[in-house]
Amino acid sequence: MKRRPTFLISVMIFGFAFFYIPILSMIVYSFNASRLATVWGGFSTKWYVALFTNDKVIDALILSLKIALVSATISTILGTMSGIVLARYTKFRGRTLFSGLVTAPLIMPEVITGISLLIFFILLGNWIGWPASRGFTTITLAHITFSAVFVTTIVHARMLQADRAIEEAAMDLGSRPWQVMFDITLPVISPAILSGWLLAFTISLDDVVITAFTTGPGSTTLPLLIWSKVKLGVTPDINALATLMVVTVGLGVVAAGIIMNRAEKRRQAEERLAFQRND
Amino acid sequence: MTRATLQRWLDDKGWPAFLIGLPYLWLVVFFLLPFLVVVVMSVATKTTTAPPFSLGGEHPWISLDTYARILTDGLYLRAFLTSLVNAAIATFFCLLIGYPVALGLTRVSHSWRNILLMLVILPFWTSFLLRVYAWMGLMGKTSWFNVMLTDAWNFLVPIDWAVRSIPMMHSNFAVILVMVYTYLPFMILPLYASLERLDPTLDEAAMDLGSRPARVFLDVTLPQSIPGIIAGGMLVFIPAAGELVIPTLVGDAGSPMIGRLISDEFSQAKDWPMAAAIAVALLVLMVGPTMIYSRYQAKAEGST
Repeated sequence: MKRRPTFLISVMIFGFAFFYIPILSMIVYSFNASRLATVWGGFSTKWYVALFTNDKVIDALILSLKIALVSATISTILGTMSGIVLARYTKFRGRTLFSGLVTAPLIMPEVITGISLLIFFILLGNWIGWPASRGFTTITLAHITFSAVFVTTIVHARMLQADRAIEEAAMDLGSRPWQVMFDITLPVISPAILSGWLLAFTISLDDVVITAFTTGPGSTTLPLLIWSKVKLGVTPDINALATLMVVTVGLGVVAAGIIMNRAEKRRQAEERLAFQRND
Repeated sequence: MTRATLQRWLDDKGWPAFLIGLPYLWLVVFFLLPFLVVVVMSVATKTTTAPPFSLGGEHPWISLDTYARILTDGLYLRAFLTSLVNAAIATFFCLLIGYPVALGLTRVSHSWRNILLMLVILPFWTSFLLRVYAWMGLMGKTSWFNVMLTDAWNFLVPIDWAVRSIPMMHSNFAVILVMVYTYLPFMILPLYASLERLDPTLDEAAMDLGSRPARVFLDVTLPQSIPGIIAGGMLVFIPAAGELVIPTLVGDAGSPMIGRLISDEFSQAKDWPMAAAIAVALLVLMVGPTMIYSRYQAKAEGST
């Protein structure tokens, strides 16, 4: 486009500045020597040192990573199953309720999901003795439930694009349904499954509200630790922690984006080549 | 023979039943059931026992006391009003900033577009809590941002109006600002998706027929992007109305939003039935926007 839309460009510059100035400011102030979080007192990396020697932070990080790993894996399995079901089984009894159940958690305010799970776990504990206390298990169960629906959305969208003919061909050639799924469907949608897992992992690692309601004494995840400190105000060590998290995740997302972009391009090139040979 | 029948049954019925049944069961147990418990809780009676509620026995099976209090007690009505107004204003500003950004994204070159889209999506992946926190740092009385704004204000207005700092934290202004900040990608992405598919030749045709750019936008581009506007708007409005983290961290404790009220009723007042009733009322209010969203989301993605 030859015209220079000055208005659009200036709003875009404003928009991206609005996005990134708070984060950049936080990064700069994490190197602040002053105890006062918002007054510059010279360059220092002491808050990072303090962070790495703080056992509470390390323990919270390990707990968060454990929960994220387990919940992302299980929610990816469940979410992939329901994504395939939504795309391939258009008629079964209770499908309306099923499709409602996989979308409702996306819209439900987190505070309601959190409170309903907490009440549920408490009452269940009173009635059948399980869960006896809240912590790792209850947090993980909660995270699986709400991240599975995100995986479902991604897998469902990918399944709608996938070519059904290949699956039908395999069926015609005598494959059993689960062979078709493991040999054809899952490999075809594997990029969607991978992004689903990554999303589930990040959501779990990031969640505050639902975790706050489903946790118990002694189970402090990293976001809960940050939440309890941030409620009291801005502190330089949280600036440092935030910087580490934002930079790690940012680099991870950029790297994943580049890798997926390349894989997609290669796949398209191969498809084109395959079609040319057939002509 | 039996083996073959068994295998047929497994293929035709067993496998689909497994695929459908497992996630179905999971969502019924860990989502539907807890939600129904909340609905039942909302008509229970608060007690001082543990757990702090009672249903049946000396108390009525269905008590609509909680709902009556929501409708008559000004505190609850004000909280609902504050939430809806804050969410609506945040949605409006998201649209005001998000629309030109999304339109701009469709006009830049391909390589720029990929980079900028990545920059829009990136905050999605970084911690929500930390994005709220980043603004706490900027809005504080002694921060460079506040000092800069204060200086600009004092320079522009007569000396009597001069202030020592701008009181941004713990106000509805702060809540709206941070909501716009955290929810802006939810607005930009659906808008971009619907604007990207517009046919540029329509613009050119209108231009050739003598329309000025502003007219082309109003007559051609804007009407076609309405599904995207509504989908993006609901995607901001619905979570913003039920927000808990932002009002707790930067909001005014004197005029709480509904999410914070639910949490306070539950954890501090130990009034489970009340918390449950407010939650149900909030969900009822969100049914309308949700239905509008699901109708327009399909249109915005161009499947109908």
